[in-house]
Amino acid sequence: MKHLNFILVLGVITMAAQSLMAGRVWLDFAETPNAMVILAELRLPRALLAIAVGAGLGAAGAAMQGYLRNPLADPGLFGIAPGAALGAVASFWFGYSASAYLLPIFALIGAGGAMALLALIAGRTGGIALFTLAGMMIASLAGALMSLAISFAPNAFAMSEIVTWLMGALTDRGWREVYLAAPLTAAGIACFWMARRDLDALILGEAAARSLGMRPGILQAWLIAGVGLTVGSGVAVAGIIGFVGLIVPHLVRPFTDRRPSSLLVPSALSGALLVLTADTIIRILPTVTELRLGIALSLIGAPFFLWLLLRMRRGYSGGLL
Amino acid sequence: MTLIANELTVEGRLQSASAHLQAGQVTAICGPNGAGKSSLLSVLAGLLNADSGEVLLDGLPLSSLKPELRARKLGYLPQSADVAWDVSVRNLVALGRMPHRDADAVANAGAVDRAIETLDLARLTDRPMSRLSGGEKARALLARVLAGEPEWILADEPLAALDIAHQLALIGHLRDCAGQGTGVVIVVHDLALAMNHAHRVLVLDQGRIVADGAADIALAEDMISKVWGIQARWSERGGTYALMAER
Repeated sequence: MKHLNFILVLGVITMAAQSLMAGRVWLDFAETPNAMVILAELRLPRALLAIAVGAGLGAAGAAMQGYLRNPLADPGLFGIAPGAALGAVASFWFGYSASAYLLPIFALIGAGGAMALLALIAGRTGGIALFTLAGMMIASLAGALMSLAISFAPNAFAMSEIVTWLMGALTDRGWREVYLAAPLTAAGIACFWMARRDLDALILGEAAARSLGMRPGILQAWLIAGVGLTVGSGVAVAGIIGFVGLIVPHLVRPFTDRRPSSLLVPSALSGALLVLTADTIIRILPTVTELRLGIALSLIGAPFFLWLLLRMRRGYSGGLL
Repeated sequence: MTLIANELTVEGRLQSASAHLQAGQVTAICGPNGAGKSSLLSVLAGLLNADSGEVLLDGLPLSSLKPELRARKLGYLPQSADVAWDVSVRNLVALGRMPHRDADAVANAGAVDRAIETLDLARLTDRPMSRLSGGEKARALLARVLAGEPEWILADEPLAALDIAHQLALIGHLRDCAGQGTGVVIVVHDLALAMNHAHRVLVLDQGRIVADGAADIALAEDMISKVWGIQARWSERGGTYALMAER
């Protein structure tokens, strides 16, 4: 366990160093003009943002899979990401260019709204089934409202702006986004950490977990807060980045003792490593415009996930599915 | 130590069910499907709230106890043997220490070791749950309850999915627990198992407790006929009973 986290931390540090050097211009301090400026103002915040967003998505995926006792759970399913995206889309209506803070703040309001709605509907009983249904309902409602907002976009230019933004990217993000996303993500991961023992108890099912002292309402509150903070802040600064939350816990699980609590930290680290790596690769790909991070991750993620599923089905599934 | 059900009513499931349960014995809850056995056990475990009536644990209303304190006193084994992630036997058993998370690590590890020892799981501790047989799995799940060192063990059909040898072994473990002073309450479908191994039997019918007493009295032939609607006759040999039944 300690071993795994250590290796992952090393991986993140190594990759971060790569990511600082790599890009349109390969930094060479002796020759590149303005190397320090590029490093400090462009690449460092971008790398830190990739780490924050990836860590949040990875940890959220691990926590949600533990909570729902289901390896197919993805934090995006539960209305928070669509809620945040809806908020962001709304900001285009209010002239998002007026202030650089407008879009992320609207996205956070959207995420907060989805969280509140989720808590309001599911919080009465603390039941897991109701939580899932409420989340899916909010997700599809927010998705529909978002499509509506896009189809009535003030002008074609704004519409393409919105659609592109939704695809998820870390291009041209700076310290402002880091200051916004990093503390919120850290707080969200802390919420999952508070829930870790209750998530372990859920291995035995809801009734046995309750008999062990797990309080469903409190556990649910930690999870709603955790997903809201990690996924909400992720969408607010980077748009929608899929697949990380779903896939990362699967990659990590075989190297742990499979308890949800053991999965949280390695999933956060692996999520950070995955997003950082993907963002570095798309920067050095010789495409005319930069490939969007969200698209790239889905392009890699979907076939990889399918391969993983088939491999697990064929051999010893080890209870993964 | 006493666990008292005081006129418990749950809409559509239990009607004014009362019983004074004693620690140090195995109490079997019997009854036809839908009689309210699992509901009674869930209310006793504090997992289901009664619409009226109350459960008293050592004289205190169960609902007044904090979940963690309740969890230290009452160990509940659900009917479903569904384990979500493929954890090792030792990690599964250790989940039983959750209500004692503030106790020191040595004490917690000791309790887990004792539970593993008691249920003869020592050579399986590192094995993932998915690689256990049905009987081993049932033992591991019971060991999880024992690891919490509860004053009461409330088990919902712990014998249902087991072959007869494993049934006898598991009920033997439960009787040993009762012998050491733990209160054991189990829901049992097999009337012969209840007759032969329970110190006391509660018979439920349509949400009411219709018989409560020593096994041979509560499960008398005419009671079985009346509650289950079958013709039943006990046959005894060397102190062990077998049930012959026909419609």
